[in-house]
Amino acid sequence: MKTPFLTTVFAIINKDLRAEMRSRELISVMVLFAFLSILIFSFALELDRVAREEAVSGVLWVTLIFASILGFNRSMAMERDQGNIDAMLLAPISRSAIFIGKLVGNYLFTLIVGLVMLPIMTILYNKTLVNPWVILTTVVGIFGFSTIGTLLATMTVQTRAREALLPIAMLPVVLPFLLTAVRATTGILSNSPTSDWLVWVQLLGGISIIYLVLCIFLYGFVVEE
Amino acid sequence: MVAKAKKGMPLEYSVQPKPIPLTLKLLTVVTVVGFALTLVLGLFVAGTDIEQGEIQRIFYIHMPAFFGAFTAFGATVIGGIMYLARRSDKWDKIAVAGVEVGLAFSIINLVTGSIWARPIWNTWWTWDPRLTSAAIMVLTYAAYLMLRAGIEDPTRKKGFMSVYGIIAFVSVLTTLFIIRIVPETIHPVIVGASPQNAQGTFEATSGVVIALLPSLLVWLVFMPITIMWYRYRLEIRMDAINRLKVQLLSE
Repeated sequence: MKTPFLTTVFAIINKDLRAEMRSRELISVMVLFAFLSILIFSFALELDRVAREEAVSGVLWVTLIFASILGFNRSMAMERDQGNIDAMLLAPISRSAIFIGKLVGNYLFTLIVGLVMLPIMTILYNKTLVNPWVILTTVVGIFGFSTIGTLLATMTVQTRAREALLPIAMLPVVLPFLLTAVRATTGILSNSPTSDWLVWVQLLGGISIIYLVLCIFLYGFVVEE
Repeated sequence: MVAKAKKGMPLEYSVQPKPIPLTLKLLTVVTVVGFALTLVLGLFVAGTDIEQGEIQRIFYIHMPAFFGAFTAFGATVIGGIMYLARRSDKWDKIAVAGVEVGLAFSIINLVTGSIWARPIWNTWWTWDPRLTSAAIMVLTYAAYLMLRAGIEDPTRKKGFMSVYGIIAFVSVLTTLFIIRIVPETIHPVIVGASPQNAQGTFEATSGVVIALLPSLLVWLVFMPITIMWYRYRLEIRMDAINRLKVQLLSE
């Protein structure tokens, strides 16, 4: 008898959230990293006011993707080191439920980092990022690369080089998300008419769904034995 | 070699290559002759471009090389899907062959494009959307090979790499369609209308098509399939040699 799909998903999310509430290991590292990265970009690019306003969406998304790599790696490494992934595979639950559970956990943590970064960048870069459309783009965009990130982290955590391989495997394939999300954010921030950038938000949602379906289907093959 | 295999057959016999099948021999001949023919067509028969001059002829290798890579990476996707469905090593070998051949073709594509861009765009490289996505495509498949080398357990390796080979194809599709999605590219579009700011574009007139169509056929079909077939045979022999090593060490 299999445990119902949703029960499994909620149990995994619940476990991840509770572990995070107690240790605060993932979010604190990710937020700190993202904050440092924003400061470093600001110094390294020696941005004047105009250049900073143009670069702000690129800095936001690159920072979020790098921070998410840290989080995904850590989250899957914990599953593996504590032997929890083996326990979940032994349990009578479907593989896609494990994927959805891990995905939602990873997504929530990265989303929190993203939502914390928006006001911080608003202050540091003097550009209003706390805008309903930017928030929507962040919500959709982070979901998009969390799908592929969760799948690839499950793979790379089982390899010899471990942490080192996730960025190499993940950065090339998240490019479609980076491309569309940066274009949407730049369009929104430059106050262009909605028709100019709405297509990018839609495209972002579209590829997220494609990746989600692909990952649900493929996840069963990367957690065998 | 004096060591004997378990079944009593001398070890070296088990790594002898199988004779080359007739189909592969025919394919090799067609590929070599076809490639020579497309060179003659591209270099001598096709008309010289009025604006760009002789350098435009590199196009007859540049664009077909991308489509050759497309075929090879497509074979990786098919190999990956079939491996996951059937669990037969044959499909995994086809997938590896596809990645390596496709990588070689896409590097040819990048290098020829760069040589063409030097006189026409006055730079070897520029961060144009299509150039960037093509470079990322190469990196994706380089990552495939690195990831493959990083996984020790053979069964797990084949499963993972099938999954990654399927996902990596996204970068090929991105490169193919990015010209239509991101309008501000300077890369010319030959089929259909070029973007307004494309530089160094030219029309697909009859003088171009006479060399382009045979080139596309050879690079899209015959070259990748022939080279991949040889690479596939090589993979079988490497497998046999590895088994032999294990066998010798265990004796």
